Amino acid sequence: MEGQRLTMMGNQAITQGALEAGVRVAAGYPGTPSSEIIQNLAGAADEHGLYVEWSINEKVSLEVAAAASLAGLRSLCAMKQNGVNVASDFLLHLAGSGVRAGMVLVHCDDPGALSSVNEGESRHFARMLELPLLEPSDFQEAKDMTKWAFELSEEIGNLVMLRSVTRLSHASGGVVPGPIPAPGGQARFDHHGSPRDLRHGPVSSAPVGYKHRLQQEKLKRAVELFEDSPFNSYVGPESPELLVITSSICNLYVKEALALLDARDRVGVLKLGTTWPLPPKLLQRHLQRCEQVLVVEEVIPFLEENVKIAAAEMAGEIGAKKFFGKREGTLPAQGELNPDLVLKALAGILDLPYQARPAQYDRLAQELAPQATQDRELAFCPGCPHRASFWSLKEALALDDRDGFICGDIGCYSLAMRPSGYGLLKTLHAMGSGAGMASGFGQLGRFGMDQPVMAVSGDSTFYHAVIPALINAVHQKSPMSLVVLDNSGTAMTGFQPHPGTEANALGQPVPPVDIEAICRSLGAEVTVCDPFDLKATQAAAVGLLADQSTAKVLILRQLCALSPQRKGTKPYEVRVDPEKCLGDQCGCNRLCTRVFGCPGLAWEKESGKARIDEVICAGCGVCASVCPQGAIIISEGA
Amino acid sequence: MAAAKLMHDPYNLIITGVGGQGNVLASRMLGNVLTSQGLWVTIGETFGASQRGGSVMSHLRVSEQGSWSPQIPAGKAHMVLALEPLEALRVLVKYGNPRAKAIVNSRPILPVAAIAGRTSYPATEELEGMLAQLTAQRWSIPATDRAMKLGASIFANIIMIGALAATGDLPVSREAFEAELRRALGHAKVAVNLEAYDLGVAMVGQ
Repeated sequence: MEGQRLTMMGNQAITQGALEAGVRVAAGYPGTPSSEIIQNLAGAADEHGLYVEWSINEKVSLEVAAAASLAGLRSLCAMKQNGVNVASDFLLHLAGSGVRAGMVLVHCDDPGALSSVNEGESRHFARMLELPLLEPSDFQEAKDMTKWAFELSEEIGNLVMLRSVTRLSHASGGVVPGPIPAPGGQARFDHHGSPRDLRHGPVSSAPVGYKHRLQQEKLKRAVELFEDSPFNSYVGPESPELLVITSSICNLYVKEALALLDARDRVGVLKLGTTWPLPPKLLQRHLQRCEQVLVVEEVIPFLEENVKIAAAEMAGEIGAKKFFGKREGTLPAQGELNPDLVLKALAGILDLPYQARPAQYDRLAQELAPQATQDRELAFCPGCPHRASFWSLKEALALDDRDGFICGDIGCYSLAMRPSGYGLLKTLHAMGSGAGMASGFGQLGRFGMDQPVMAVSGDSTFYHAVIPALINAVHQKSPMSLVVLDNSGTAMTGFQPHPGTEANALGQPVPPVDIEAICRSLGAEVTVCDPFDLKATQAAAVGLLADQSTAKVLILRQLCALSPQRKGTKPYEVRVDPEKCLGDQCGCNRLCTRVFGCPGLAWEKESGKARIDEVICAGCGVCASVCPQGAIIISEGA
Repeated sequence: MAAAKLMHDPYNLIITGVGGQGNVLASRMLGNVLTSQGLWVTIGETFGASQRGGSVMSHLRVSEQGSWSPQIPAGKAHMVLALEPLEALRVLVKYGNPRAKAIVNSRPILPVAAIAGRTSYPATEELEGMLAQLTAQRWSIPATDRAMKLGASIFANIIMIGALAATGDLPVSREAFEAELRRALGHAKVAVNLEAYDLGVAMVGQ
């Protein structure tokens, strides 16, 4: 496939760039929109002689990748935006110690929080920790820049950060792949030199004064290379009426907006691929040819502020400029951008009229919109064990009747903040924060708080960050209950393995680390249930709430409905017996469709009774236990 | 390979549906078929949590020139390939224009709020009427129902691709699609998928 243009997903292009650079070790923790990078590298591991792992969390993955670099092998680490927060303590120290073989941290931000509960900004780490930052603006660049990032890392002896965003990582476009070097490479960690010898000594961020100065010199060297980088480009007239400075996928939005406005002869576009530190000479050349500047970027005005600082420093040469961007409100301060938002900003500055479609059609569309375009609330999949788990927790909290509540965590089950999980989650923050916060709420009985508190955690989340919180709760005698929703894989991001699974990222057998055994070893009381058994689960949950003496764990274990083992299989054939279903005459008030709310159920207007949508039903059979009339019939062997 | 001519450049196609219907697979396969014709294809997609029962869209930009924004600007869709009728309407309200065409799978998927009785799903005739007002040309096809007869609802995607090919708007040939099927799915599944493709072609009637 070498040399022929293919349509590749952004994350696949990044993978290809790493392979072309001869990466040998890759590690990460799954997180949308970054997951496919490690996944693809794992798929290529055999052919190209790599070691690839899904680590327990982002910090450990960065440490695993750093070890390879120090032993002379090129390495890559990938994570989503908030993963960088998790890894940041090690990242600070690694930035100070430097690396040896090329090492690249790919961090994928999620502007607009399309698959996140935050729209955190990870570019700031580059400035805060004094590391070079690259931002590809299309698919070919995603590949080419990843490859070059390894060379840059080796040239300066430090880690290079490469930032993608959802609309690049998860979009696809044209990429011409290049050759991939043959497998090979000898690992050896050289540590016999002096602590000041970066190539041969022990590796640390200390002595701090010495290492910090060296780190800043490395960054200066990066800026010199950035001045002539082909990843910074300019398109437009010699002296534009307006200079757009942009980076990342926003470059394609600017291109689109200028084409629609037919304003390419008035506006110049300086697309920057090397966004920290900014190359000052390049900036000066472009800033001195214009009077007005619009900075187009997503999330926080990172580029905008850095350009303004640079412009202030060179004010004597370039004069004062009029700036537009996020700070004065030309572009929105939250959410992702798109061609329309960029177009609106440009049309405003250039005073150009724009109409996307005839006014009459537009009016008609607006009239029809509210009648029919109701939102589709996100919901647990048909057959999802979480729906059954939350149904039982809802019943148990209602029976307990002390206004108890659940602290949420990160995974598909975060949806339980919404109607699909009966709105049961009352806090939702970072990985592991549910158990940590429950540990804290549990201590508030001494201040008169009489509400019982539970936390939920997925299996992958349990390993990632819940264990320290659970130890804290046990040790501090916090009377909280942790419910582990164990669906046997990192389901939301695509079934990546975790320390509880029997195979690793490379498909090799590994010893699973048992959640139940960990919890017992900490001294927590542990109960295990199948959430599809509503009675047993509800009894266990009621028991947890009643016991306010100590920290307890309930493990609800059932395979995800989309898991490779389960997908496409129907454990039960499910149907509604129209004789038994009393419809609106029943006192249940449509319990199955109105309250339980599985998408596989439907309420038939004509008959006024429930029915099963056979296209959608996954055959878990749980609704049969929900119906008070026993009208939902399940039969095995479908 | 010489690039095929396009009626619009970029040609903007939106494939829409509900999470789980397989529109990512459909957009990938179509993207690869068009790429094999020498065209540039840029695809923007919805992944992750948003797939769980939510509205999903794939934006395909087909060009002879290069990559375009993975998000199509408002009012600029040339064709909407909808795996679900309400989703067709949702997309047309934002991306439609008087020249827009749509191929719509007629089988509704009720939003959970409609199942729960908090909202109501529009009646078929009402929805068809609204779609007619927002399109220049429109095909309503029972793709899921035919797919179930082939053995699985997921074949609806392939039926829709066949229907799109039959409109002649984009250079999608049976041969190129068959090659993509072999590449993506292996030989075993080619026959049934080609059968689905041919069903789609026949439904648009060319």
